[in-house]
Amino acid sequence: MSRLIQEMAAKALKLNIPLSVHLDLTYRCNERCIHCYLDHDDHGEMTTAEIKGLMDQMAEAGVFFLTISGGEILMRRDFFELLEYARRLLFSVKLKTNAVLIRDKEAERIRALGVESVQVSIYSHRAEVHDAITKMPGSLKRSLDGIRLLRRHDVHVIIANVLMRQNVGDYPAVRALGRELDVQVTIDPTITPMMDGDRSILNLNVSDSALRDVFRDPELVGNAPETCAPPPVENSTLDDLPCSAGNTSCYISPYGDVYPCVQFPLPSGNVRRTRFRDIWKDSPQLNEVRSITLRDLPSCSKCVHGGSCSRCPGLAFLEGNMRGPSYQDCEKSFARTGIPSENLKKGKTARIPLVQIQGLQSPAQPALAAAR
Amino acid sequence: MTAKRYVARSTEIAARVLGDEVMIMSARDSTLFSLNEVATLIWEAADGKTPLEEIVADKICARYDVAPDVALRDAEELVEELATRGILVLSETPVAPASAMSKGAA
Repeated sequence: MSRLIQEMAAKALKLNIPLSVHLDLTYRCNERCIHCYLDHDDHGEMTTAEIKGLMDQMAEAGVFFLTISGGEILMRRDFFELLEYARRLLFSVKLKTNAVLIRDKEAERIRALGVESVQVSIYSHRAEVHDAITKMPGSLKRSLDGIRLLRRHDVHVIIANVLMRQNVGDYPAVRALGRELDVQVTIDPTITPMMDGDRSILNLNVSDSALRDVFRDPELVGNAPETCAPPPVENSTLDDLPCSAGNTSCYISPYGDVYPCVQFPLPSGNVRRTRFRDIWKDSPQLNEVRSITLRDLPSCSKCVHGGSCSRCPGLAFLEGNMRGPSYQDCEKSFARTGIPSENLKKGKTARIPLVQIQGLQSPAQPALAAAR
Repeated sequence: MTAKRYVARSTEIAARVLGDEVMIMSARDSTLFSLNEVATLIWEAADGKTPLEEIVADKICARYDVAPDVALRDAEELVEELATRGILVLSETPVAPASAMSKGAA
């Protein structure tokens, strides 16, 4: 993260400004990915006018980074009308799409509207593996065609490679594909519970040994011993906020529900009933999330991994306590370092290998890094 | 006599007022910029219709103790640099204004 972005985040935190919003336009999708956490039926999405009004409110509240996602964003017929409106309000816009519906006209329009980046999920370089995960025959070819068109128009594209048991061995080839297409690749072995809390899809997570291998792959982490050694926990670290969720960022569903994060489904208000800025400032739920520092986490504050753990407060919340550990991240820290966390030492493992790591493809920068 | 110069915010950027400064990101290369107080005044007034000379007189000289010719010279340097980075558009004729920008407020 650049110094200026760090300063920007610190200033937003001080002024209580929601710097980043993740807005899902729809949960409808033309793919049926086996690991997806969403209910794809339309239960009453916000209208075009409602979303434009929300964008006005977000700009007024100071939102700078706007991630527009779904579902599949191009399932909304008003997608480009909304994108154009967002750019007119000068948001820095990132899109998440499967790119299946992107043709030359769409790619050209995305470029013309000054979108910062487009993230596309590619699960494997092998069609039989990718298409079996999306349950859409021909989807790999169509997604790759979409990426090529975006690149032809000089759009910055990022491939998101979510790892699960079905494709964990394919990430080196996906990274090679990224180099061929001249796009970034992020590796993400994160299978999250359904938004309604259903955890059945978690059995798709990669095995402990495969996870350990990913974390020890020097092609991804650079200097593995250095990356994997937990840094000491400084006293000042204990005053750190656990995450940007609810502090400088939040999530808004297609139905107007506001949560601290897409992965932190704590209902905090609805923009159909309350102005966005009022929810951001006054929601008791968001204010509670904001009040929590590492020092307030009974187990994690005493853990050797406290300074490097990617503990996700949303996953902790989904496990029943937003001040508790995220056992999946305990497992991740263990896979990364070989040192059990405070909770694992107490034998309190939930045995759900749910982790979250991200990085850049550039050989100069490790592709996997502790996400904090 | 020097021709009038008009300045307009580029559409190829993302921007927001954060407290007392403007944060701008270039869509061209995702570079992030922060404008100081004076640059922010010029940025906010860059509607494509008001000549730079008038912006400097109304927004800078009226507020700061600075000679008009010095302020104009500094402003010209600034807008030229911002134009080089794709943040402002310069023209000798009025240009269509870019979008209005909202101020982030607590």
